[in-house]
Amino acid sequence: MKLDLTRNETLVAAVILAFCLVAALTDPGFLSMPTLTDLLRGGIVLGIFAVGVLVVLVSGGIDVSFTAVAAFAMYTTALGLVTWAPGLPWPVAFLIAMGIGAALGAINGLFIAGFGLPTLIVTLGTLSIYRGFLLTFVGSKLISNLPPAMRDFSRLMMVRGTNADGSFYSLPWAFAFLVGVVVITWTILHRTMLGRSIFAIGGSMESARRIGIPVRATQLFVYVYVGMIAGLAGIIHASMARVANPFDLVGLELSVIAAVVLGGARLAGGYGTLTGTLLGVALIVLVRNSLVVLGIPSTLQSVAIGILILIGTGLPAWQAKRAAARAA
Amino acid sequence: MATDDPLIVMHGVTKTYAGIRALDDVGFAIRPGEAVSLAGENGSGKSTLIKILAGAEEPDAAEIVMGGRRYDRLTPRQSAAAGIMVIFQDFSLFPNLSVAENIGFSSELHAGRRLVGRERVRALARRTLERVGVEMPLDARVETLSVAHKQLVAICRALASDARLIIMDEPTTALTEREVRVLLGIIRRLKADGVAVLFVSHKLAEVLDVCEHVVVLRNGRKVAEGPATEFDAASLTRHMTGRDVAETPPPPLDPAAPRLLEVRGLSKAGVFEDIGFDLHAGEVLGVSGLLGSGRTALAKALFGLVAPDAGSVRLDGQPVPLGDPLGAAAAGIGYVPEDRLTEGLFLTQSILRNVAIGRLDAHARGPLLDLAGLWAEAGDWLKRLAVKAPDTAAPVRSLSGGNQQRVVLARWLARGPRVLVLNGPTVGVDVGSKAEIHGIIRDLAAGGLGVLVISDDLPELLGACHRILVMREGRITDDLAGSATSEADLAHRLAS
Repeated sequence: MKLDLTRNETLVAAVILAFCLVAALTDPGFLSMPTLTDLLRGGIVLGIFAVGVLVVLVSGGIDVSFTAVAAFAMYTTALGLVTWAPGLPWPVAFLIAMGIGAALGAINGLFIAGFGLPTLIVTLGTLSIYRGFLLTFVGSKLISNLPPAMRDFSRLMMVRGTNADGSFYSLPWAFAFLVGVVVITWTILHRTMLGRSIFAIGGSMESARRIGIPVRATQLFVYVYVGMIAGLAGIIHASMARVANPFDLVGLELSVIAAVVLGGARLAGGYGTLTGTLLGVALIVLVRNSLVVLGIPSTLQSVAIGILILIGTGLPAWQAKRAAARAA
Repeated sequence: MATDDPLIVMHGVTKTYAGIRALDDVGFAIRPGEAVSLAGENGSGKSTLIKILAGAEEPDAAEIVMGGRRYDRLTPRQSAAAGIMVIFQDFSLFPNLSVAENIGFSSELHAGRRLVGRERVRALARRTLERVGVEMPLDARVETLSVAHKQLVAICRALASDARLIIMDEPTTALTEREVRVLLGIIRRLKADGVAVLFVSHKLAEVLDVCEHVVVLRNGRKVAEGPATEFDAASLTRHMTGRDVAETPPPPLDPAAPRLLEVRGLSKAGVFEDIGFDLHAGEVLGVSGLLGSGRTALAKALFGLVAPDAGSVRLDGQPVPLGDPLGAAAAGIGYVPEDRLTEGLFLTQSILRNVAIGRLDAHARGPLLDLAGLWAEAGDWLKRLAVKAPDTAAPVRSLSGGNQQRVVLARWLARGPRVLVLNGPTVGVDVGSKAEIHGIIRDLAAGGLGVLVISDDLPELLGACHRILVMREGRITDDLAGSATSEADLAHRLAS
């Protein structure tokens, strides 16, 4: 494959490599299994969210409510399980959380596909509603005595070991869910007419309507799917943290959208790849976890991430503009 | 290979919008392999008829016979199943998807496929492109293609879904002359293949060139129908407008008219060189040249949109600042761009605002605006230019091309300019409005304005201008009196 500098993926990958190089030179312990598993673990929830956001962006919409959906699904499921059925196995808990997420996503979809309202406005509204409803009517107290099944899940490790210097490292099975979500989403987006319709709608909704794509049904699917993925991310987050905190997750939405945009998805719709999205997530997790290693204060993280977004999305856009100017 | 069995027969198609008859008892037939031209001015009912055929509009009354079945109306599904495919002016493509996917999308969708058949789609796209005799990279994103290629993709998409009747809405508006020839060649190929084409255009030469049969609509009624050989440009125009649109040459120029604009030695490296001419009060001066002759750059330079390297422009003896549009406007030069949609109008804003925007400074009362005066003046100019708009608060986008052009003119005239530079004043304007805009130009000149008309429409130049400058490779090569030249002579001078 040709190295294409106008693509975000290439740029982000290059920045990641450069970043790792600098980190490795600064801290000899950087290139090690613990670092890798830390980064992968740190990317699970962010990554699952990002895949959902990618699907929405490709369809030409935007969803900022997914963190509230995740918190709602996660906390409600945990509370329900603790109250009524502490003995249920974790897969059932996961399915319940995904179901709640899908239902909340369907509400978004109803407003967007059914009434044709702007996606940002709808999801801004539901972000606030879901969060407020959760804290008012469901509960606002931390649940630290999660059902045993969820605690068991968090102890399931794919990889476990001890480094040469004696430090432990491990990667939980939750990581497999990120891989699964990526594979399923890739298959939907690239191997089904539904997925191609999502791209088509993002490219031109009017054209999609004219050639007979069921635009509303496709949009509804997108928001239900994102809700479901958000529910999954929420319950995984709670399991891994071993606590269900209703104040968690909300506030993360802009970082996730930033990661996806950094990976080349366009806010205008129709463009975006899973490779780019995962690279974007990797870069943001890397920056978060490793700036400290470089001796940079953690408060500068958001500045660094902001600069990366400006450069990472600005440079390809600027190059594309120059190419267009040359062609004219 | 037109056969006698018609593909589709329409009878008594009638459609009323809010009490206005958009279509009144229209009927005609289209045979396989036949190209039919649907001619008519804006508002004649062409687009309504297209929408009814595509199933996007429900007629009040109609009898449509297709494939041995009678319909009172068509649903989009029935229309597509019968092989009626509309190629809209915007092509309705997906810019983010590949050529192959764009071509194959609707056929895959209508075949009820759930999974992507990449190879199947590519093979279909390859076959279809071969059918029209065009080569194109299958994996190229459609957004990277030229307008002409996008149109070909749209045609291929229609063919890939087994089109038997392709309706093309103004297919040549955005194409260069060579691209138009390619398109007409493809239409001939399609006809030989048994595909019928309904060609909607107001470019008369093309209509007569490629179509066997002509149907003319006016105010929702069919006013003429017959073999293309029975029509010529003049008779088509007469049917479309309902009157003889004869271009009356401008009244002779007063020889004592003062010199208004003085251009001397205007040059820009590689674009135009040593341009010099005078424009007198009351004179309409034409500037013509082929694409790349520098005519558009010259027009822009006069208004400061292009900064020349050398030379001077004087208005009433006073120097006009170069490369400064605001300065040029303040000096009394007005400029109506070639592409009024992107350069001349605020499409989504109201008609009234589009006129008023040019006069904000004149109606300033300190930091505030005298809105009443502003709106009244703008409304007055719309009336003086006879802009046909039911509601001046409607977005300017809702107007026809001719009326949009009047709105741009109204904005400039409200400023009281001395010299008006009109770049392609009637591009995309139908025949009737064209003559009316020429009438406006004539009246403006008679009122003492100097008008510069930049155009490649030779009849327009001959009909509207006192004098015509011919540009070639950046230089003025001829300076002709309008009455002393002819279309053939002018065409020869442009090209040689």
